Amino acid sequence: MTRKILIGNSVIGISAMSALIIVLAVLIIMVDIVVGGWSTLSWEFLIGEPKEGMTEGGIFPAIFGTFLLVIIMSIAGLPVGTITAIYLSEYASQQSILPRIIRFAVNTLAGVPAIVFGLFGLGFFIQFVGNGLDKLFTGGIELKWGQPNILWASMTMALLTLPVVIVSVEEAIRAIPREQREASLALGATKWQTIWKVVLPHSFTGILTGGILAVSRGAGEVAPILFTGAAYFLPKLPNSLSDQFMELGYHIYIMSTQSPDVEATRGIQYATTLVLLLLTFTLNFSAIFLRYKIRKTSTL
Amino acid sequence: MNALGSVETSENRQTEINSHNIGEKKYGGNTRSLLRKRFRIGEFLVEKFITVVALISFVMIILIFVFVFREASPIFLSKEQDASMVIEEEQETYGEIDGTLRVTTSGKSSLETSGGEGKGTLKNLIGTTWQPISEQPKYGLLPLIVGSFKVTIVAVLFATPIALLAALFTAMFAPKWAKEVLKPSIEILAGFPSVVIGFFALIVMATVFQNFFGFEYRLNAFLGGIALSLAVIPIIFTVTEDSLSRVPKVLTEASFALGATKWQTAIFVVFPAATPGIFAAILLGIGRAFGETMIVMMATGNAAIFSVNFFEPVRTMSATIGAEMAEVIFGDTHYNILFLIGSILFIFTFTLNAIAEVFIRQRLMKRFQGL
Repeated sequence: MTRKILIGNSVIGISAMSALIIVLAVLIIMVDIVVGGWSTLSWEFLIGEPKEGMTEGGIFPAIFGTFLLVIIMSIAGLPVGTITAIYLSEYASQQSILPRIIRFAVNTLAGVPAIVFGLFGLGFFIQFVGNGLDKLFTGGIELKWGQPNILWASMTMALLTLPVVIVSVEEAIRAIPREQREASLALGATKWQTIWKVVLPHSFTGILTGGILAVSRGAGEVAPILFTGAAYFLPKLPNSLSDQFMELGYHIYIMSTQSPDVEATRGIQYATTLVLLLLTFTLNFSAIFLRYKIRKTSTL
Repeated sequence: MNALGSVETSENRQTEINSHNIGEKKYGGNTRSLLRKRFRIGEFLVEKFITVVALISFVMIILIFVFVFREASPIFLSKEQDASMVIEEEQETYGEIDGTLRVTTSGKSSLETSGGEGKGTLKNLIGTTWQPISEQPKYGLLPLIVGSFKVTIVAVLFATPIALLAALFTAMFAPKWAKEVLKPSIEILAGFPSVVIGFFALIVMATVFQNFFGFEYRLNAFLGGIALSLAVIPIIFTVTEDSLSRVPKVLTEASFALGATKWQTAIFVVFPAATPGIFAAILLGIGRAFGETMIVMMATGNAAIFSVNFFEPVRTMSATIGAEMAEVIFGDTHYNILFLIGSILFIFTFTLNAIAEVFIRQRLMKRFQGL
C-alpha cells in the first residue's frame, strides 16, 4: 500500500517538476532579457540611429523597418486570410473535395519551415516575379524589382502568416450564432448581404485577433527575410517598396553574431531583444484578451 | 454545414414569400418573380471570387513545391548531358536521405563519368566535406544532414518528456492556480521569437553550460538542441494536452469506479487512450526542430564537422541555407545546392506533418468511436 502511494506521489511529483521547469525557463529568459536590456533602453535609443559603425546609437531604422514590414504584410495577407476563412466557414460544403484541399493546404503552409519560405521568396518573388517585371519595364537592363526588397520580404511573410489569420478568423466566424444568420436571411437578405452585414461585422474582433497574431509572428520571424530584403545597415530609411530595410530580429542576429566587437555592443543587443520581446508580448496579450472576449460572447 | 446549406435554400424561398408585403413597396409589386429563387449575378460572382481567393493557399503550396525544386533542378539536369546511364540510377535519389546512401554503392560508375568539371555533381553531394567556397568546392551534404539530426535528436529527447509530463500534470493533477500559471507560461514560451531564444542561448546558456559541463567548444550540438527544445516544448505540450483532455470522461470515470487512483488512471488509462495524439505531437515537434533556423544558426557554432560527437559544433541544413544564401551568386551550383537542401527540408517536414495530421484526425477519432 505504501509502495502505491510512493509511486503515486512520485508520478505527480515528476510531472509537477516538468511543469515547473517550463515556468522557470520562461521566467529566467524574461528576467535575463529585461535586466540586461533595461539600462540601455531609453527614449534616445528608440528614436536614434545607429552610430559609430553600429556600436552606439539607437535602433529607430530597425523599428521602422519592422513596422513597415508587418503593415505591408497585413495589407497583403489579411484580406486573403479573411476571405479564405469566409469560404471555409460559409460557402464550403463538407462533402466536396475543394474545402478539404484548401484545409490541407493551410495546414501544410503552417508546417513549412520558415527558411523554406525564404527560399520561395527568393525563387518566386525575386527571381521570377521581380525579374519578370524588370524585363517587362526596362528590358532587364535596370535591376529594380529583381533584387531583395521590402515588398518581397513582406509578401513572403504574408504567406508565412496566412494560416494564423485563417485559423483565428474562422474560429471567430464559427462563434457567431446561427440565429443571427437565419434572422438576416429571413428578412430577405441574400447570402452575400448576410455575410457583409451580419457575419463580417460580428467577426471583426476575430479578424483583428488574426491580424495581431500574424503581426506578432511576422515581427518575430527572421529566417524568411534573411535573403529577401533585410539589410545589415542602411544610412537612410526605406522610401520605396523596392528598397531594402533594417529589422529588429535581424538586427539582433547580426549584432550578436557578425558584429566586429560583440562584447562592446552587448547592451544594444539586449535592449533590442527587449524591444522585440515587448512588441510581441503586447501583441500576443491583446490577441489573447480579444480571443477571450470572443469566446465569452459566443457562449451567450 | 451541409444541413445548414439545405435549410438555407428552403428558407430563402420562405423568406421571399414572407417578404411579399415589403417586397411590394420595394420592387413595385413585382411579386411573381420574388416567389422563385432568382439567379443573382452579383451573388454568383461573389461566390466565385471568394472561392478563387480561397484557392490561393493551395496554389501557393504548389508554387512552393515548384519553385524550390525548380531552383534545385539544374544539379540534376546538368547531369543529363554527361551520361544517360547514371541518370536512371539517380532518378530515385531525388532529395531522399536514405536514397543518397544507396548511391554510395551504385555511384562508383558515376564517379568516373562525372568527375570532370568540379561542378556540384551527385557524387559530390554524398561526400563528407562541406566546403562550398574554395578552389575545388565540395558539396558533401552528409555533415549537414547528420548535423540536423544531431540537434533534432537532442531537442526532441529533451523536450518530449518535459512536455508530456507537464501536459499530463495540467490535464490530470494540477490545481486550478497551477494551471493558471502554466498555461500562460506555455503561451509566452510559444510566443518568444526564435531569434530571442537563439540570443539567450548564445549569450547566457552557452556560458553557463560551458562552466557547468566543461565543454571544449562553447557552441555545440548539445547546446543548440537544448535551446531548440524551448521552441519544441510548446508544440508537444499543446497537442498532447489537447488529446489528453479529449479522452472521453467515460474512460476515466470507469477507471475511478474500479477503485483506481488518480495517477493509476492517468498512467494506465488516459495516457494509452491518447497515444495517437501524443505520437502526432512528437512528430510535429521533430518537424519544427528540423526546420528551425535562427536558434541553431546562433547556438550551434555552424562548423560542418562530420562526426557523431554531440559536444562538437555542428552546421545544420537550415542554418547552412540561412548563413550562405545571402552571399551566393544567383544560378551558381552552390545556389542550386542550397535550394536542394531546402527541398529536402521541405519534403521531410511535409511528410512528418502529413503523418501527424492522419494520426490526429483519423486514428484518434476511430479509436474513440470504437468504444
